[in-house]
Amino acid sequence: MFGLSPDIWRPIILTLELASLTTAILLVVATPIAWWLARSHSWWAEIVASVVALPLVLPPTVLGFYLLVMLGPDGPGGAIASLWGARTLAFSFTGLVIGSVIYSLPFVVQPIRNAFAAMGDRPMEAAATLRASPWRAFWTVAVPLARPGFLTGAILGFAHTVGEFGVVLMIGGNIPGVTKVLSVAIFDFVETSRWPEAHALAAGMVVFSFVVILSMSFVEKRMGRLSS
Amino acid sequence: MSDASITVRLRDQRGAFTLDASFEAPGRGVTAIFGPSGSGKTTVLRCIAGLHRAAHGHVAIKGDVWQDGASFRPVHQRPIGYVFQEASLFSHLSVRGNLLFGARAASGEPLLGFDEAVALLGLAPLLDRAPLTLSGGERQRVAIGRALLSRPRLLLMDEPLSALDRAAREEILPFLEQLHERLSLPVLYVTHDMAEVERLADQIILMEKGRVIGAGPLAQMQSDPALPLMGAREAAVSLEGEVIAFDPAYGLASLTVAGGVFLVPALKAEVGERRRLRIWAGDVSLALAAPSGSTIVNILPARILDARQSGDHQMTAVLGLGEDGAGAHLLARVTRRSWEQLALAPGLVVHAQVKGAALTPRHTIQS
Repeated sequence: MFGLSPDIWRPIILTLELASLTTAILLVVATPIAWWLARSHSWWAEIVASVVALPLVLPPTVLGFYLLVMLGPDGPGGAIASLWGARTLAFSFTGLVIGSVIYSLPFVVQPIRNAFAAMGDRPMEAAATLRASPWRAFWTVAVPLARPGFLTGAILGFAHTVGEFGVVLMIGGNIPGVTKVLSVAIFDFVETSRWPEAHALAAGMVVFSFVVILSMSFVEKRMGRLSS
Repeated sequence: MSDASITVRLRDQRGAFTLDASFEAPGRGVTAIFGPSGSGKTTVLRCIAGLHRAAHGHVAIKGDVWQDGASFRPVHQRPIGYVFQEASLFSHLSVRGNLLFGARAASGEPLLGFDEAVALLGLAPLLDRAPLTLSGGERQRVAIGRALLSRPRLLLMDEPLSALDRAAREEILPFLEQLHERLSLPVLYVTHDMAEVERLADQIILMEKGRVIGAGPLAQMQSDPALPLMGAREAAVSLEGEVIAFDPAYGLASLTVAGGVFLVPALKAEVGERRRLRIWAGDVSLALAAPSGSTIVNILPARILDARQSGDHQMTAVLGLGEDGAGAHLLARVTRRSWEQLALAPGLVVHAQVKGAALTPRHTIQS
């Protein structure tokens, strides 16, 4: 592909697949959590919020270790894997997706939660007085109004998944085409003194990160304009 | 407790605030819920809408029970229109999108069509604009239109003008008056501004500290010595009457009310139309004999029905028009000195001299 060796492009494709799938799952999982956290006044919403935020501060190796235990043959992941005759979810693409979802969850929940909270109760109340059921009000009012939050969350979740290293190494290892993602590939190239390849991937990541940050600030500007 | 009425009984405790409000209102016209801030007016309105659930409550509208005992109908199933203090438009939708939002899920007879609502509220030039580009008054007009198009059977308005400046308020009031005239929709209108009550309301519910202290037709409540309205510095009565003559040479309209006829300045008036008159207590003085050679146009015989002291040095009297006192009520504020020197007392027949009687303004609405 583009004259690049499979050693270069296979990790790129794999990483994009992982990040896209993870982001899609994250939006589905994070939205109800963010909604509940933004609207609930109960004290244990804060406890749930803290659990969701744990990956922000935990060393990736710690998170990776527990994930490895959970996904392994003796954990719930192993039990699930046995449904289709596998021994474990660790060292598999499925395992990587599960790990990434947990690892990137706070980056998606937080902006969506903030967007829901910034909206206040009023739009939902107004919608209810206009005959909209809670379900319809959520989709036609809350979600469109929180769109900047969804966009920020999706970008952050995607970028964060692309960049993860520690957790992947712990639960995914280094299987080409299966679990060998970009960051691991760069590490490998450096280890084996293949500097030109490491350079190419690293420079690509720099450009990618720059684009992410730039688009984020555009989203935030838009959000500021909408709420003023 | 007829089927055509609004019955509300609410009891709720929120921190130090106790709501214990009961009232009945007719199922037509504008009923103002009036009281100082913190008296629980908005809470009452939110309970009727279902936005807030009173611990104990009974809410029935024209025989339709919305809350009673353990039953509580959710907001979106109540056929209401709600106008919030801030317009609360959906910023992601255009004006048209906002207007149509409630129309989509609404059921029942439409109150008025989309084009009719747009015309009534002067929204045609705004339809494709975004709410954020509208002025405060424009936004509130859209909010009113949006509420009307959801086919409500009861319109709830929570201080719809209080967040607006004077100019915007004057812009909206004529629309509300039109609404009142054109639609048979019952309206509960929360406000702490007596001027709005005098222009719009037919009935008034007075609230204080979470309780209803009086409820009834506006003129009756205004002249009830037991209620605080009469003691207010701006005490006044609002009388409704029919125009029986109009003299364009002098710009004076003759308005007949129960027990008397008033001559009032008017730019324009049609014989037969009903107009509202506001007479401030401070503009009414009393004489024992009919004065002659006065520049005061309106001098009417009346009987003193009741009186109460206002402050240390003033008296406010309730007058019934006509020598028998059976006509419409007026208020007169006089000094305590005059009151005592003329030996005024309930039962006495006097001549009420009305210095200022003003029709409540009627603006022509730009089309």
